[in-house]
This record gives sequence, C-alpha cells and structure tokens, in this order.
Amino acid sequence: MSPIAVGALKVFAAIGLMLGNGVVLIYMLRKVLGRLHLRHGPMEMGPAGMFQTLMDVVKLLTKEDITPRAVDKWLFRLAPLMVFVPSLMAYAALPYSDSWRITSLDSGLLYTFAVLSLVPIGILMAGWASANKWSLLGGMRAAAQQIAYEVPLLLSVLPIVMLVGSANLGTIVEAQQGTFLAVLPRWFIMNPLFWPTFVLYVIASLVESNQTPFDMSEGESEIVAGFATEYSAMKFGLLFLSEFSNGFIVSALGVALFFGGWSLPWIPASWYAAAPIIGPAIFIIKTYIGIFFMMWIRGTFPRVRIDQMMQLGWMRLIPISLAWIVFSGIVIKVWS
Amino acid sequence: MTDTCEETLGVGLLCEGQHDPGTPPAGLRRAPSGVDGLTTEHLIINMGPQHPSTHGVLRMLIEVDGEEIVAAEVSVGYLHRGIEKLAEHRRYDAIGTLMDRGDYVSGMMGEHAFAMAAEKLMEVEVPRKAHWLRSLASELNRLASHLVWYGTFGLDTGGMGQFLYAMRDREALLDILEALSGQRMMFNYIRPGGVVADLPLGLEEKIRTFLSTFDMYLEEHDQLLGGNEIFQSRVKGIGVIDRGIAQCFGLTGANLRAAGVDFDVRKARPYAAYQELDFEVPLGTKGDAWDRYMVRMEEMRQSARMIAQLIDGMPEGPHTAKVPRVIRPNAGEVYASVESSRGETGIHLVSDGTEHPYRMHYRGPSLYAAQALEEILPGHLIADVVMIIGSTDIMLGELDR
Repeated sequence: MSPIAVGALKVFAAIGLMLGNGVVLIYMLRKVLGRLHLRHGPMEMGPAGMFQTLMDVVKLLTKEDITPRAVDKWLFRLAPLMVFVPSLMAYAALPYSDSWRITSLDSGLLYTFAVLSLVPIGILMAGWASANKWSLLGGMRAAAQQIAYEVPLLLSVLPIVMLVGSANLGTIVEAQQGTFLAVLPRWFIMNPLFWPTFVLYVIASLVESNQTPFDMSEGESEIVAGFATEYSAMKFGLLFLSEFSNGFIVSALGVALFFGGWSLPWIPASWYAAAPIIGPAIFIIKTYIGIFFMMWIRGTFPRVRIDQMMQLGWMRLIPISLAWIVFSGIVIKVWS
Repeated sequence: MTDTCEETLGVGLLCEGQHDPGTPPAGLRRAPSGVDGLTTEHLIINMGPQHPSTHGVLRMLIEVDGEEIVAAEVSVGYLHRGIEKLAEHRRYDAIGTLMDRGDYVSGMMGEHAFAMAAEKLMEVEVPRKAHWLRSLASELNRLASHLVWYGTFGLDTGGMGQFLYAMRDREALLDILEALSGQRMMFNYIRPGGVVADLPLGLEEKIRTFLSTFDMYLEEHDQLLGGNEIFQSRVKGIGVIDRGIAQCFGLTGANLRAAGVDFDVRKARPYAAYQELDFEVPLGTKGDAWDRYMVRMEEMRQSARMIAQLIDGMPEGPHTAKVPRVIRPNAGEVYASVESSRGETGIHLVSDGTEHPYRMHYRGPSLYAAQALEEILPGHLIADVVMIIGSTDIMLGELDR
C-alpha cells in the first residue's frame, strides 16, 4: 500500500473511532446517570435501549438545520468544524498500542494539548457568531477557562516528562511496563511522586474537556445552553460529539500517563504479539473506566462558579504545579 | 415604616417623586466602570420567561457588566390566569379548585386559607377532627413542596442527582395525598366547613411507613447537597436578605425566618391544630441563601415531627360541619391567612351576601420575594442569580395568579 493510502486509512480509522465513541459514550452516559439517579435511562429502542443513540443520530441528521437570520453566517457554519476538527486531530498521537498508532510523535503530549487548545477558538466563534447574548457569555467563559487551565494542565504533567525524558506518549507508556513487589504494576500512579500530579491533572482535564463541575461554557441552568444555544441539527451534533470526544481524549491521556496505557502487567508479552487487538482493547477499556468516573462526577456534583474556578486555576493550581515541578525535579535528580 | 426602609435600603424606594428625573434611580444604570478607567459596555440580558432556571415563567431584565449584575428588573404576569376575578363568578364551594391552581405545588395551603376566610364569614364551627386533618394535609403538602424546592435548588447549582432523589420521596407523599383527596396536586380537599373526606382505611399505616424512612432520607438529602463543598461555597454569603430588607418588602415564610425574624403564622396566629402540636420554628442569622437552605431543611424535619403527632393524636368525630349546599355567607369583609410552604398565604374576602364573593384578594408570599430580588441581585454574578431565585423558592403560579 502506498503511504497515502495508509494515511487515509488511518484518518478514517480515527473518524470511525471518534464516531463510535460518541455513540457508545452517549448511551453509557444515559445509563450511568440513570443508575445514579434511581431511574432506568433509555429502555424502549432495542434491548435495554441500546439503539436509542442511533435513533438520535438519525434524528439529528434529518432535523431542519436552522440558521437564524441575525447570525454571522460564515462564522456560524465554521464554528462547529473548528470545534470538531481539533478534537479529531487529537486522536492522532494517542498510543493505542505499541504497534497500533496513527502517528508516533516525539512531542505527542504537547501536540495533543496544542490541538485541544484550539477547541475554545471554535467555541468562542460559535458564541460570537450566534448573535445571542447567552451564547456570547458561554463563548467568553470558554475562552477564559481555557486560558486559565491550559497552563496548569501542561505544567501538571511535566514531572512525568522529566522522569521519562520524552514527551512521546508511546515512550511514556513503555516506561511503565513491568511490576514491582511481584504483583503491583509499575504504573506512574503507583509512584507517590506523581500523586499530586494526578490530582492536578484530573482537575485541569475536567476543565479542559468542559465536564461537570466545570461545565461553565454551557452551564444549562445559568446561561441556557451557552455557545450551543442557537445550534440545531447536525451542527449541534458536531458540537455535542466533540465534547464527548474531548472527554475521551483527556481520559486516554490520563491512562497513558498514569495507568500504563495499553499494558497490563499480568498478561504475558507473547499474547500481545499473538493478538495485537489486546493492546488497543485494554487501552480503550481503561479509558472508558476513566470516563465512567467523569460521568459519576457529572451525576453527583453541582457546578462551581466562574470566579471560584478562575481563582482555583490562577491562585492554586498554577503555583502548586510550578512548585511540584521544582520539587520533583530535585527528587528525580537526586534519585538517579 | 417608610423611614426605616429608606434608611435600610439607602434609596427612597417607597417614596415617589424624590428622584431627580434627570438622573436614573440609584442602583439602576450605574455609570460604566472598569479597570483603570477603561469603560466597558453593559449588556442588558432578558432572562426568561423561557429560561431553564427561572422556576416557571419569571422574566427578568438584567444589566450586566461582564458577568456581574449591575441592575435587575423583575417582570411578572406571564402566568396570569385571573384567579381573583374568576373567584367572583364562582360559588364558594368551587373556589378551592382555583386556589389549587394558584400555588400548585402546595395546593392544600391555598385551599386552607380560602376555607378559613369563608368560615369566618359563614360563622361556622369547624369540628376538631377537620382541624387535625387539615393540619395533616398541610404538613404532608409542605413536605412535598419543600422537596420540589430542594430538588430544583440543586438543579440550579448544576447538580442533577438530588432532584431525582427528592422526587422519589415526593412520589410517596403524592401517593399519600392522592389516597387522602383523590388527586395528586389539584386536591380540592379542604373546603369551607371541614374537609371532603375522612382518613381512608390503611392510610395511617402508609403514612407511618413513609415516616419510618423519611428521616433517614432527609439526612441523605442534606448530605447530598448541603454536605457538598462546592454547593456550600456557592450558596454561603450570596443573596443576603437581612432583617431590614425582609421586613420592608413584606417577606414571610422561610425567607423572613432566615433573616432571624421569628414570625410563623402557625405560631403567631395559631389555626387548625397547630396550637396543640409541639414544633419549633427554625431561624437563620444572616439571611443568605445558605440560611434559607438550612431553615427549609429544618422545616422539613419539623413537618415530619408534626405528621407523626397528628397521626398519633387524631381525634374522633365528624370530618366536616353541616354546610348548606349553596353557601350564602353574611355580608362582610374578612382576612384569613395560613403559613404555606412559601410564607403567609392570605385571603381577603368581601361578601355581599350572595352566593358569589364580591371580591377576593389572594395574598401570595412569592410576589413579595420576587420584588426583593431587584434589591438583592445587583453585585452578584449571573450564576448567582439562579441560585438566589432558587433559594427564595418563588412560585410563579401564585405570583401571577
């Protein structure tokens, strides 16, 4: 196969993964929230409501796509793509397994954060172009929160990069192979040095992926639906999909950084070689477990207020993550 | 009263003509302010009547500087059904159904207020059992109403879980109320002269079963929302309605008691069975949203206590007095009020001796609370607006009537 054909195949695989994730995660969200809320979630379409999301996709595709007269038409149409495409791009550098990877970038971690930070530009565009004051507020909130939390998100994971000596996500996962004390996996989450790192990462990544308790930009009880207020049909679908996709990406990054990525130390290495699907399967299952915790938080927690969130980001997370970089730098230097 | 209000509020709110017509009233349209003399444009946002968190159809015009409220204007009337006027064309025994549709989350209290006003005009003696049944129905309904408040208050903060947990308990209460009155929300149970039916067989047991788990569930509710750090940081210190503001605007109910004013119609002007019941009136200190939350949660505990006492001490006897089929009360003018879930719900009834009231005025506590919003909202953020509305527990059906 020519390199172009391989590249195209990989892109389609990424799109397929993203869409498949969307369908599965929406169903999962409904069921998990239902279970948390003493109700059933979807039950009618198919066994246990499994086809509900598919029907919703059909609905979104066939609904009338309304473009209000007052909107800035070009920006309004461009914005969902500006939200969707960076989210899709972030799939490129994820380490699904040692052999299955769309691309192996030496700066994979930085690349993923960089493309994720393009998402709020699309949200800001959507908010501005909608000619709706609630949308504008949502867009502004998205921009403010993204700027405030981009920094701690990146700073929080730097100790890991310092220890591994690479920002390649594959290398970071490979550094977590094996076990210690006979059974415990050598994941970074088992290392006390990275416990604060993990807490910082979880908080910052919830903000980054716009999840409760930090879903400022669309906080439905305050600003109606934020930047998505004026969107309908598949334009709304794209905004919605990229939100789930972002949740998947930050969870996948968390798995790669802290939970050993595709590896499970109790499985012999020969199995990976025999069935290459095991690696990606483990990776995706771990990611889904991370997403389950996000949904758990979503079903339980109230939302913080915008000024409290800003304060947390600028006054707490950034100084703490900077201090932790210095501390862990010294520890890593002394240890090795 | 006017003088103290002016002092408290700092504006001649109640005095027309004091403002220089050239300058806008204090608090409204403040000159644009910004950092280092930078001027920013204020945004005027129309919040409601179709907004997820205005508890129905409250409409507010808010002027914001960024996210901070500079001025707020409450606009009401989107749920006006003309209850007061309709009452003038109905017979006395048919007005209860209108009262149910006023404050539709606590219909029993509205019916109760009307029934008391009509009985004053009719000079009819209500049997003791009817009093007790009325109190029982009211307290059950108060619990159901407060649970709606609790759930929607949580929704306002962005949490979803506690709403459905509250609905689980409310469902049990509505089952009980349905067994009692035949309806889940539009009860028409308390009528002039007494109540429409006695306790049905087996309901006593049902209520006891409900009470046996309710205290535990209530603690669960309190921990789920009130025990949450994020929630506490959201509600503490916002929407302070202090004693002065509360009294100036005529607030009643939990909104007033959260400011530390000990006024509860059940204690101040005891009616029905409340004189014989042992209960406490919880009070707040600062009057912020957190105090209002705490007061309402404690009210639920007290209501549960009262229901247990009412079941245990339920007297024997008829459940209604002898009332003519077509009620023609004496000509006259009366006022009767009850403590509803939201405050003092009063009925001012004027009769000319015919079978229809000459005039009925419905005093709902939500209108007063909504007026106070204009005073307390400036200075808060948009996110706080929905929290403050939620904490005052206004009911638009009763506000717009």
